[in-house]
Amino acid sequence: MAADGCGAPAQDTALPASVDIEKETVLTGTVVNDEGEAVQGAYVRLLDGSGEFTAEVVTGEGGQFRFFAAPGKWTLRALSRFGDATGEVEAAQGLNETKLAVSR
Amino acid sequence: MAREDVLVTADWAEENLDTPGVVFVEVDEDTSAYDTGHIKGAVKIDWKDDLQDPVRRDFVNQEQFSQLLSARGIANDDTVVLYGGNNNWFAAYAYWYFKLYGHASVKLLDGGRKKWELDARPVTTEVVKREATTYVAKPQDASIRALRDEVTAAIGTKNLIDVRSPDEYAGRLLAPAHLPQEQSQRAGHVPTALSVPWSKAANEDGTFKSNDELREIYVGEAGLDEDKSTIAYCRIGERSSHTWFALRELLGYEDVKNYDGSWTEYGSLVGVPIALGDEPGTK
Repeated sequence: MAADGCGAPAQDTALPASVDIEKETVLTGTVVNDEGEAVQGAYVRLLDGSGEFTAEVVTGEGGQFRFFAAPGKWTLRALSRFGDATGEVEAAQGLNETKLAVSR
Repeated sequence: MAREDVLVTADWAEENLDTPGVVFVEVDEDTSAYDTGHIKGAVKIDWKDDLQDPVRRDFVNQEQFSQLLSARGIANDDTVVLYGGNNNWFAAYAYWYFKLYGHASVKLLDGGRKKWELDARPVTTEVVKREATTYVAKPQDASIRALRDEVTAAIGTKNLIDVRSPDEYAGRLLAPAHLPQEQSQRAGHVPTALSVPWSKAANEDGTFKSNDELREIYVGEAGLDEDKSTIAYCRIGERSSHTWFALRELLGYEDVKNYDGSWTEYGSLVGVPIALGDEPGTK
């Protein structure tokens, strides 16, 4: 069996049971449009403290996204057909939630 | 090689959806995206189920690749246009693969699925049926694939390009940040490898940067030696296919190889040197 790919898994599923939430630093949240409705199919990228690209996922139903990172300063950047959004996060170990409102 | 010989724009693609002899192929790790909507007429290839051997950690062989393309209705003289999600990682991997097995005319759709979606271009769920062909793959072209011994021999002699994120390079993370981090291999990078994340080659919408920008990134900023051969690697070889494409197909460097074993192999080897931290390290 080949090693699993580096592609992003589906974003609208529950955290896999194998993931230890106590050990991981999870950056999660939703992408919404001007009307506050969830945006499915938005591209969300995680940029590190120096603005360097780290990862990208596509939001699932409910506009959800999820990253496994490390404690520290991160930037979230969302691109969608409804526009773009940027958010800054100071992440700590455990769950860190952010809402990204995209607009033109 | 001219850029248009290896890369097509979304506009070109939309104008050539019905052109005879042009076959669109969507390649992904998770092909469920294809089923929710794909470019009209496109067939799908699953990165894992179709391109990897189910038992050994290796590619499907020449015979299996011939059978796959025959079943998908792709002929030896077709122009294959590849696209996919994840900024075309898996499409670039498939591109490298089509080259490995000697396909004559293969191109990437610039920006892949992402640009297509952000542009709100049409997709369809229509089932695509192409008549089977009798495709004949060529023997593997060893000149574009690096194996592990070649990588250890390249330390301090060839250009080694680590295209993972800076945190993976330094050993602070073991996998991209959208994946859980529990892994068995050691963290770090191959000593003397330059860190040039794959993402530097792409714009935010997934299209490739211009050749002038690319040359500045690899040669100007990172210090790639243009007179030396180059090996690119990542974690499993798909992100590095994207960089391999930028270096060999866009910038035209002749001896560029992709190390598909990449960090999941190298980081598990006994006795090989590993460098930690943000600097390339020494031999």
